[in-house]
Amino acid sequence: MATIKLDNIKKSFGKTDVIHGVNIDIEDGEFIVIVGPSGCGKSTLLRMVAGLETVTSGEILIDGAQVNGVEPMDRDIAMVFQNYALYPHMSVEENMAYGLKIAKTPKAEITERVAEAARMLQLEPYLKRKPRELSGGQRQRVAMGRAIVRKPKVFLFDEPLSNLDAKLRVQMRLEIKELQSRLGITALYVTHDQVEAMTLADRMVVMNGGVADQIGAPLEVYSNPQTEFVAGFIGSPATNFIDAALVPDAPKGASKIGIRPEHITLLPSGQGKLSGNVVFTEALGAETLVHLRMDSGTETFTVRQDGAMALPVAGDPVGVDWGADDEMAFNDKGRRV
Amino acid sequence: MEKRVTFKGWLLPMCLLMPQIIITAVFFFYPAGQAIYQSLFIPDPFGLSMRWVGLGNFEYLLGDPYYRASFVTTAVFSLLVTVTSMGFALYLAVLADRLIKGSGVYRTLLIWPYAVAPAVAGVLWLFMFNTRVGVVSWYLGLLGYDWNHVLNEAEAMGLVVVASSWGRVSYNFLFFLAGLQAIPKSVIEAAAIDGARFWTRFRTIVFPLLSPTTFFLLVVNIVYAFFETFGVIHTITSGGPQQATTILVYKVFSDGFVSQDLGSSAAQSVILLVIVGALTIVQFKFIERRVHY
Repeated sequence: MATIKLDNIKKSFGKTDVIHGVNIDIEDGEFIVIVGPSGCGKSTLLRMVAGLETVTSGEILIDGAQVNGVEPMDRDIAMVFQNYALYPHMSVEENMAYGLKIAKTPKAEITERVAEAARMLQLEPYLKRKPRELSGGQRQRVAMGRAIVRKPKVFLFDEPLSNLDAKLRVQMRLEIKELQSRLGITALYVTHDQVEAMTLADRMVVMNGGVADQIGAPLEVYSNPQTEFVAGFIGSPATNFIDAALVPDAPKGASKIGIRPEHITLLPSGQGKLSGNVVFTEALGAETLVHLRMDSGTETFTVRQDGAMALPVAGDPVGVDWGADDEMAFNDKGRRV
Repeated sequence: MEKRVTFKGWLLPMCLLMPQIIITAVFFFYPAGQAIYQSLFIPDPFGLSMRWVGLGNFEYLLGDPYYRASFVTTAVFSLLVTVTSMGFALYLAVLADRLIKGSGVYRTLLIWPYAVAPAVAGVLWLFMFNTRVGVVSWYLGLLGYDWNHVLNEAEAMGLVVVASSWGRVSYNFLFFLAGLQAIPKSVIEAAAIDGARFWTRFRTIVFPLLSPTTFFLLVVNIVYAFFETFGVIHTITSGGPQQATTILVYKVFSDGFVSQDLGSSAAQSVILLVIVGALTIVQFKFIERRVHY
């Protein structure tokens, strides 16, 4: 268990700057998710905490001690990789015991700790198998087990669920969350999947182009995004953006207004703040997504409405309305007004 | 399922296969058949008639201390060549794998020796170690060491081993480097996080994962040392001194073409044929199974 502090971390590969000064303070036992699109530097940030990547400038502190030049093995961390990175020539048991064996842990203790982790992860029937004889979900569990047995100060997860199918991903997500809160180990988790970020995080860090755009509790980030990027990235379907000039009572200095799809009400043609035509609808059962093309020209809107409501027909002219509180105004630099 | 190309008639496939079949027949089946046939006879000194001796040639060979000594020589020679060339190649491959800048140049330079024919490589090394004009033997002389592979059996063996291994290092290096690069980087990183330092990682992760490559090279190098080093030995030592470097293949040549004992030479060829066959079976059987972790 440990605190982590990233102090103005920068990273360049040759002349390319990939991370431009990131500051994060992580509390003991906290589950932090770093989320962002590919190429935003989130994996690089994690690998720097792991010690697999050098830090160009800034400081990383684990439990108050600077670890910039410390080898990965001496940082007391455990990492779960996207492709699991299991040792293919070793059995499940040997995979989990590897780190302990190197640390010269007494044999009896190794057996005990591996058995405990196997019980926790329901891996007991597979201890003698090789990784290639396991399914994706089981391999994922072994990778988790390998991290758990070492009882590290920090767990690092690098997109651990992205190689699993949708159903398994949901299940493993729950298990990871449950395991982390039970063990109380500080975790840093990288993903591009905003649903994973929302469900797992105590606090999430939204990265964009090498900068941490916003750090905060998932719901806070969702309902109060600080930048246009965060508003567009977090939430599915994505936030609708419209030129502020088209919105009647837009705040001063705003260049764009964002409105979440669930905050929009469809009205008969001629009513509401704006008007447009239905392009197509996606009926998902519990909800229906209605895609509109606005009369102003280029803008398209997505409206989420209850699945029980009548389906609008493509081509229908409609009006849209929303509450003034649901407007998120951004200036021309993408910052919240 | 595997996709197979199917042909309607038999004419086209036969035509496509013919070149390979003809080459194999002319350069392998025919001479191999001739060798088996000749191994059962002793020709007279003028090559005018042949006398049937059945397995007499083989009986004579197995009782011949020189032939048995040649077996031992071959074993020692191929073991040394295999270990030297593979060990050195693995060392270089590990270094090249860690290299980030200039690895292309490094690799290209390392591959060059492979393009040198064994006989030429033999001559190159012979020049360097020539007892009278060789640059290396001259320097050794300055250090007070009297290099003379023409008289010293161990030195002769050492020289043919080095000359045979040299070009082979390139070949092995290529395979080892490809093998090393096929190991997922994250597995190595996981081991590093698990606390394994470089040597521990190499011993417990990298080397086991390289085992398919290592085994393949082991067989290929043994076959090379057995059969393809003729040129090196012929140019450097001609099997001497005192048969110290007469490996089996060289003995086939020297008994048959120098001593004109064609029956014995043919019998030796047949024995070699059996050895190659056995090695090939081992290679196929084991490469299919076992080494896959």
